[in-house]
Amino acid sequence: MTIFACILVLFSFNISAQEPDIAKGKSLFNANCASCHKLNKKLIGPAIRGVSSKYEKDWLYSWIKNSAAMIKSGDEQAVAIYEEYNKVAMNAFPQLSNEDIDNILAYSDYIPPKPVAATISSVSESTSSSSTNDIILVLLSFVLIILTILLFIINKTLKNLVLQNGLVADEKKNKKAMPIVKAFLQNQFLVIISVIFLLLSSAYFSFQYMLQIGVDQGYMPIQPIHYSHKIHAGDNQIECQYCHSSAKKSKHSGIPSLNVCMNCHENIAEYNGEEDLEKGYTKDFYTNEIKKLYKAVGWDENSQTYTGDTEPVKWVRIHNLPDFVYFSHAQHVAVAGVDCQKCHGPVEEMEVLYQHSPLTMGWCINCHRETNVKVKDNEYYTKIHEELSKKYGVEELTVAQMGGLECGKCHY
Amino acid sequence: MENHKKYWKSEIELSSKNEMVEDLKNKEFINKLPSDIFLSNKENLKSTNTNRRDFLKYLGFSTAAATLASCEGPVNRSIPYVVQPDRIVPGIANFYATSIADGFDFANVLVKTREGRPIKIENNTKAKVKSSANARVHASVLSMYDSQRLKGPMHEGKEINWNELNKNIIDELELMKTNDSPVAILTQTFASPSTLKIINEFKRKYPNVRHVVYDAISESKALDAFEIAYGTRALPSYDFSKADVIVSVGADFLGDWQGGGHDTGYAKGRVPLNDGSNKAKMSKHFQLESNMSISGANADKRIMLTPTQQKIALAKIYGYISSYNVVGELPEKIDLSIKKIAESLINAGNKGIIITGIDDSDAHLLTFAINDLLGSLSFRKNELSLIRSGNDKEVLKLIKDLNSEEVKGIIMCGVNPAYTLPNSNEFISGIKKTKFSVCFSMKNDETAVESKWVAAAPHYFESWGDNEMISENFSLTQPTIRPLFDTMQFQDCLLKWMGSESSYYDFIKDNWNKNILYNSSWNQVLHDGFFRSNKKTQIKNIYSDYNSSASRLSSSKSVGFEMVLYSKTGLGDGQQANNPWLQEFPDPITRVSWDNYLTISKQDAKQLGLKNYNVSNGALDSNYAKIKSNGVTLKVPVIIQPGQAKGSMGLAFGYGKTSGMKKEMQVGVNAFKLYTNFNSFQNIQIESIDDNHEFACVQLHNTLMGRGDIIKETSLEVFNTKKSSEWNYMPKVSLNHIETPVTSPDVDIWDEFDRSIGHHFNLSIDLNACTGCGACVIACHAENNVPVVGKQEVRKSRDMHWLRIDRYYSSKDSFKEDNDKKDAISGINDSLSVFGEMEEPSANPQVVFQPVMCQHCNHAPCETVCPVAATSHGRQGQNHMAYNRCIGTRYCANNCPYKVRRFNWFLYNNNDEFDFNMNDDLGKMVLNPDVVVRSRGVMEKCSFCIQSTQAVILKAKREGRTVKKGEFNDTCACSAACSTGAMKFGDINDKESQVSVLKESERVYHLLESVGTKPNVFYHVKVRNTNET
Repeated sequence: MTIFACILVLFSFNISAQEPDIAKGKSLFNANCASCHKLNKKLIGPAIRGVSSKYEKDWLYSWIKNSAAMIKSGDEQAVAIYEEYNKVAMNAFPQLSNEDIDNILAYSDYIPPKPVAATISSVSESTSSSSTNDIILVLLSFVLIILTILLFIINKTLKNLVLQNGLVADEKKNKKAMPIVKAFLQNQFLVIISVIFLLLSSAYFSFQYMLQIGVDQGYMPIQPIHYSHKIHAGDNQIECQYCHSSAKKSKHSGIPSLNVCMNCHENIAEYNGEEDLEKGYTKDFYTNEIKKLYKAVGWDENSQTYTGDTEPVKWVRIHNLPDFVYFSHAQHVAVAGVDCQKCHGPVEEMEVLYQHSPLTMGWCINCHRETNVKVKDNEYYTKIHEELSKKYGVEELTVAQMGGLECGKCHY
Repeated sequence: MENHKKYWKSEIELSSKNEMVEDLKNKEFINKLPSDIFLSNKENLKSTNTNRRDFLKYLGFSTAAATLASCEGPVNRSIPYVVQPDRIVPGIANFYATSIADGFDFANVLVKTREGRPIKIENNTKAKVKSSANARVHASVLSMYDSQRLKGPMHEGKEINWNELNKNIIDELELMKTNDSPVAILTQTFASPSTLKIINEFKRKYPNVRHVVYDAISESKALDAFEIAYGTRALPSYDFSKADVIVSVGADFLGDWQGGGHDTGYAKGRVPLNDGSNKAKMSKHFQLESNMSISGANADKRIMLTPTQQKIALAKIYGYISSYNVVGELPEKIDLSIKKIAESLINAGNKGIIITGIDDSDAHLLTFAINDLLGSLSFRKNELSLIRSGNDKEVLKLIKDLNSEEVKGIIMCGVNPAYTLPNSNEFISGIKKTKFSVCFSMKNDETAVESKWVAAAPHYFESWGDNEMISENFSLTQPTIRPLFDTMQFQDCLLKWMGSESSYYDFIKDNWNKNILYNSSWNQVLHDGFFRSNKKTQIKNIYSDYNSSASRLSSSKSVGFEMVLYSKTGLGDGQQANNPWLQEFPDPITRVSWDNYLTISKQDAKQLGLKNYNVSNGALDSNYAKIKSNGVTLKVPVIIQPGQAKGSMGLAFGYGKTSGMKKEMQVGVNAFKLYTNFNSFQNIQIESIDDNHEFACVQLHNTLMGRGDIIKETSLEVFNTKKSSEWNYMPKVSLNHIETPVTSPDVDIWDEFDRSIGHHFNLSIDLNACTGCGACVIACHAENNVPVVGKQEVRKSRDMHWLRIDRYYSSKDSFKEDNDKKDAISGINDSLSVFGEMEEPSANPQVVFQPVMCQHCNHAPCETVCPVAATSHGRQGQNHMAYNRCIGTRYCANNCPYKVRRFNWFLYNNNDEFDFNMNDDLGKMVLNPDVVVRSRGVMEKCSFCIQSTQAVILKAKREGRTVKKGEFNDTCACSAACSTGAMKFGDINDKESQVSVLKESERVYHLLESVGTKPNVFYHVKVRNTNET
């Protein structure tokens, strides 16, 4: 990507004014043409890659500026296109100058050099670095083993020396060494204390361990379609509730039905954004995932129609609250105005969605203790807030003070 | 083409000489399994190589392995719609207005659906008639998810497809038409204008077809009588809210009499209200009957009469009112009472009403005559009730014609005559003689088994339909879910069979637009579910010879024991016998579930040697009676019923079904076998059999023994003349030798909380309006995922109903007398003997129904004893129960003075030991996703439907407004289901709410006030309209 950008930058600075400007062409294309045309594929109109070689430039100028007039005048080529594309006339773009059109055409013909070399080099780099690490580790452990053996040998030779010299220090040693264990065993108080300590600490650790059972923080299952929240919510800035629309009405945020995906993906058949080659997220990879959506929803790309042959997507549920907890998205999103990210984490940065929060009761309660109730402009709270805040002597009530710690508010 | 290919797994298999291959052909394993080690005698078992220690090792290993394996969490899948319908938002309920019309129950209802599946039924209060759903209608949602339902059409027991069935039937019909062989259509009562129109068109296409209507529990005699008197074959409708004096001779009009649904109007007149003057008024209800019915239990004055005496009494009342001399034998005391009843009817004038349930046209004619003489406003003969139209004579003729092969084909829909006919054997032999028989049924029931073609019918949630239950009041039935199985509606089939291309939906819409709606909007009516046209019918009297009817009735004579067949609140006519909610629903009067039984008076039982006795775990047992009538012999268990008229016995319909039923539900005996000539009164012979029967009874037949802390009752006269402190006594305790009311903060050991902020929920229960119908019990079942535990568990008092309706008898004739007797006790000896006496209910006791659920005490005894704080109090007045925190010590249940807490002794879902709806995937679809399904070992109880109160609050918050007036009213499933208005729920911090107003009433008291629990449920003192003080 960066290379591509560099090339573009180079182009824009170094090439003389008459030469078409690809960067400009790209922005013009995106602004004016992209809703009906793609570079390589048919959409509502034909793919525009290669049109500059297929048609005369002057013909293209007049066609783009006012296609309807040309069809009316009976231009052979114009009528042929008109017929081929279901008699849908192309919008007129009189605002585009010839120069603009040149830029667009240049963009359409421009094929960025494939960054193959870069991929290979990066891969080899990473493997070499990891292999050097391994070598160092092996060397270090080898040194360690040699040191240990040396120590052992030295110890043995020293002992032999002592024996040979007839210096008997054993009795003394025994007298001194034994009593530490013995003294400890004889001191019942110490024994009891340490046993209690051992028991308590093991109880503590096992309790901590058991608390983790059923807590799936970081749960990141593989989904049937690689849906990237990073691309949708991050790169493209789509509002969470555009897709999860029932979050403001219902207890469920709702997994969007596939027709919601098709609101956009009827027009977006391939991925053109950034790639993460290290992880294998290439453009082809993403485009292939879009194809999976088309298969599920029964969309025939060629005829641009629904076949009616659908197969629902079996997503893996990530946030699993136990059955005995009643959690309402509407309460938190619509009434309290809590950001989705507060519980779900930086979803807009997640290439693969995972469970960000522990979803334990302690976690819920902590938030209820710390968060103030959003009472502004909500008539429901007016009276109760006035009375309760007076009672507790505070300006703003926390959720807990409002009754958000009562068992029955979530468990029924 | 036949397949001759040989498939093989390994090469060795191909060589036929290999021993192993030969062995494997015969056996599953090559080595002999050491099964004899386990399956032989003790000596062998001892010498085996698997000893006890090995066993423990294996056990230990497998337990550890299972534990390790279970640490891995399950992978949950979420599957969204491909194209989500606009109206469905996951987590939000949709409501559809529809109506039930199964031939026995007719009601306008709302269906609550979640993610497209119906989960609950509510009353459609917008409908102006029949807007109250009874217990069976509330339970009908579960009948849709019945695992025994037919999955598709069948021919002689084999599954076929609809095209095949339709083609064959059309061929048969055409053949019959050309041969001019008669064909019968035998159906339930369709109060449906469009269905009747289709049947008429069908008859035009096939002139050899005749339509016979059959009601399992017949009202044919009443229909006959109305036809004689007014020239139209229909039933009058009744509005009991306009009556001051109600006299019912054997009619259980608060139960299923003439289709039921009379309780709403009745209850309006039963709550004593001040109408400006100082005297409160309420209607006076006389009930003359044999069995103790719900109506009898609610009556101010109940007179026990045998069926024959009922007939004479009715004739006499007619005589007193019309001044015609009726001769008839009645005991003197009863005669006197009857004269008084007649007088009060005359005094009431057009505010009096008399009805009867006697299966005799003469009896019905007399009530029509009396009501006309009084000019009764409650007797609405111009508003015809069309929900019963069965004709006994035509049914009997059809059976004869079938057997004599004069009818060669039969199409049945909504009926199960092989089960419900007394002479079902004749019917079955008749059916077998036909050329073709088609049965539309939801189950493979007794009739479907005998029919050649079985057409799988949809549930009414999956059907289109229309109804005219009361003339000129129309309602629509609309589907609320796609058909679960390969089913087709009767009407759609008829249309297809007569060559029509249109669907039943198109037919209804067309018919309504042309003949019913005129300029009103179809979409609006479909939304409301109800439409009332402006047309008025006028019915004129065409009959005058009532005196001879009176003479005929008064001359009836009794022979031996008389049996009164009746329908129970739970099962009705038995259509929904495979519904576990209804089977476990305790009968309002006997409080017995999972059974029908012979009800008998104590005197008769003693004479015949019939007994009820309690076994060591407190459960009720009885011996059996053998009853004989018209050559039919039945062996039935016995319940000794206080209030049963001596010489009479009762037996309920709807039980003893065996076909298309789960094994657990095949309980009771089939009383239809005794229903000779469709007469609910039958003469029987009876003897006792020394054999033990086990009942599942949730409340024994003892009395309150004058404990006024539970039931408070007074008479209208006392209510009007005395101060409330006399009839609604507040218990007092001595504080420094000063009598202090228990509600005073001075005698309270707990500090009072400030409950004035936010909402504070209270439930008001008016004992005057509660008829004990039990709709709330089933509604609570549906809303809160209450499990069904089965007969054996109910016997151990482990029923799980969050809401129960206690029924109390008095030991003297009234509760007032009980109290007086208790107060007159002096000394310990006296108390022992008197209390002993008072345990026994009197022969004709007064009855009170009292719905009891968790009282949500502000000073809850359960909360203080829970060692893990699983139950705690919310600021909104609800006593919370955190199931996941509960460890099952059951301290709370022991410390609850109201005994409303229920313990999950077992896992009731996914457990083959409890094979009810929560054990199969279909039955689980009825579960409410907003309420958790509890697991084994936790306590549960009424939550005041906190899921609904929270939902209302959330809705208000989202819309940024305060909660609207009355918005909390229908949040509790019980109060929403209560069609009499006995239960009202709401926020008492909202001073304008209904409960706040109700709480100010003088009649308010709390259950066991002296305990000082300060409950959030309050009751209203029962006032009876009796003259005695």
